[in-house]
Amino acid sequence: MHFGPHLLLAALEGLVTSAVLALTALGLSLVFGVMRVVNVAHGEFFMLGAVLAWALSTAISGHPALGFVAALVIAPLIVGAVALVAERMVLRRLNYNPEATIVATIGMLYIIQQLALTFYGPEARPVEPPFSYRILLPWFGYSGYKLSVVAASALLLVATWLVLTRTKVGLLMRATQYDSETAQAFGIPVDRVYGGVFALGAMLAAIAAVLIVPISQAHYLMGQDPLLLSFIVVIIGGLGSLRGTLVAAVLIGLSDGIISMFFSPTLAKIIATLVVAMVLVFRPQGLFGTASR
Amino acid sequence: MTEASPAKAYSLHLGVIALLFALSFVLPDYHHGLIARIMVLAVFAMGYNLLFGYVGLLSLGHAMFFAAGLYGAGLSVYHLGWSVPAAFLAGIACGALLALVIGVLALRTSGVAFMIVTMMFAQVFSLLMLYFAVWTGGDQGLVVQQAARVLTLGGTTLDLTNPTVRYMSALALFSIVLLATLAVVRSRYGRVLVAVRENEERTKMLGYDTFSNKLAAVVVSGTICAASGAAYALLFGYVGSSFASVQYSILPLLWVLLGGAATALGPLIGTLFMYYVTDITSGFTSAYLLIVGVALILLVLFFPKGIMGSIRQRWLGWLP
Repeated sequence: MHFGPHLLLAALEGLVTSAVLALTALGLSLVFGVMRVVNVAHGEFFMLGAVLAWALSTAISGHPALGFVAALVIAPLIVGAVALVAERMVLRRLNYNPEATIVATIGMLYIIQQLALTFYGPEARPVEPPFSYRILLPWFGYSGYKLSVVAASALLLVATWLVLTRTKVGLLMRATQYDSETAQAFGIPVDRVYGGVFALGAMLAAIAAVLIVPISQAHYLMGQDPLLLSFIVVIIGGLGSLRGTLVAAVLIGLSDGIISMFFSPTLAKIIATLVVAMVLVFRPQGLFGTASR
Repeated sequence: MTEASPAKAYSLHLGVIALLFALSFVLPDYHHGLIARIMVLAVFAMGYNLLFGYVGLLSLGHAMFFAAGLYGAGLSVYHLGWSVPAAFLAGIACGALLALVIGVLALRTSGVAFMIVTMMFAQVFSLLMLYFAVWTGGDQGLVVQQAARVLTLGGTTLDLTNPTVRYMSALALFSIVLLATLAVVRSRYGRVLVAVRENEERTKMLGYDTFSNKLAAVVVSGTICAASGAAYALLFGYVGSSFASVQYSILPLLWVLLGGAATALGPLIGTLFMYYVTDITSGFTSAYLLIVGVALILLVLFFPKGIMGSIRQRWLGWLP
């Protein structure tokens, strides 16, 4: 293949990564933005979504699309419920103290990972895509499913944006994010908003995982990379900024795809992590965020 | 906190050291080796405690300092054929230098950003060790041969693979670091560190340069962790990238939380306790990480002060 088509392929792969990353990072960003909680277990909610997708699609026989749709609906609900329980039982009791919650979510990370290893096993398992249509470009064929992941993710991002800016629920969330004490004083059930936001964040990660699992397999350690990349996206995009998160996800996804195609993936990760650490050191509000109050 | 009489505090700690010394002669082989390992790792925890417990800076990247010592010592023995003391010093120097650089950068941030930045630097470090697998051995790691782990002092030769020599070297390092940290936290400088933890703005207003005090704490903490890593490489003869992974940044946090942050003996108690809990439970379950996870959550929920912290609060106010 020539350089041009090669670059196009890398860009397409990067776009798929970006789409999934944007959803995952949005979940992390919401939880941090509204609750000021750094959820280290976020990657494990992602992994849990993928593992559940595998379990559901193998349990349901018939056309692969059937199992996939079931997974797309049920897996995020289960993950959301798990997250809600964790939030009620642990994070709320810690009064959302930033340092204590980090330690607690590290604990959750280990628990979920170990349970997945015990009950699911160390193997990586594939999930069949709901349809296998190949789009033929002049230089190579490209999976139609991968492009539909990008479309689905874009749709979900728009839906989240609409919920945040156009509905009562979104208003409550934004008010809590802006100033939780004043929100409480105005009768907003801040406590329930926190529970809901934590569950919603985990559900976004789970949806992203269900979407990606037909492309990359389900594995109990698969939560590590999305966690790190989501952190990177959230930091570069600026915390709590939806537009920044999206731009950063596309930026990171594309550059990750392109650098990994032409150089070693380890080197790509080293460079990305180092750049982000430097951004955090020298421009803590992110590239698009405004200075915190 | 009631004022501790120096004699009482020092005699307690010398007593602990004497007890560990005496144990060397009565312990069965298996536990003998385990305690030697625990003492080396307790040094890692003490280095972590200095920063987390006393200055209140929660780092999620201390594995890089431990691994800097580990690789600094291990690689200079393995590739350059350096003698044991030179390699040990090389490991410590690597850790100190790394801590200085990381400190200057990471201390520009605070709170949650500090945790994430340290975690990311540690991630970069660990990926670099994998990337340069030609020299570091990557995932597989390197085994330092027995012949290279012999210490010649004057006319006597000490074989670090001998269990007794290994135990005594670990105890020597542990004792030096324990007494040194005790002296540091009881000094004027130690009090400034606690003041930074309690109220940084006020400390600054009282005329202390909090940045350079914190930087010094990062460097001392990193150096102690590197000493632990260097000792680990030389005493146990294995150097691998798993020691640079996130998990090894979390473990000292767990040990210190369990033992009691900002207590001198807490790191040892925490490491000892956690090691034996996993050792006993690994007999009937392989779910080692599950125990770590549950322990972390229970600790932050119910015992935020840890074992020694709770003892100090309830009964022994003078405990350092």
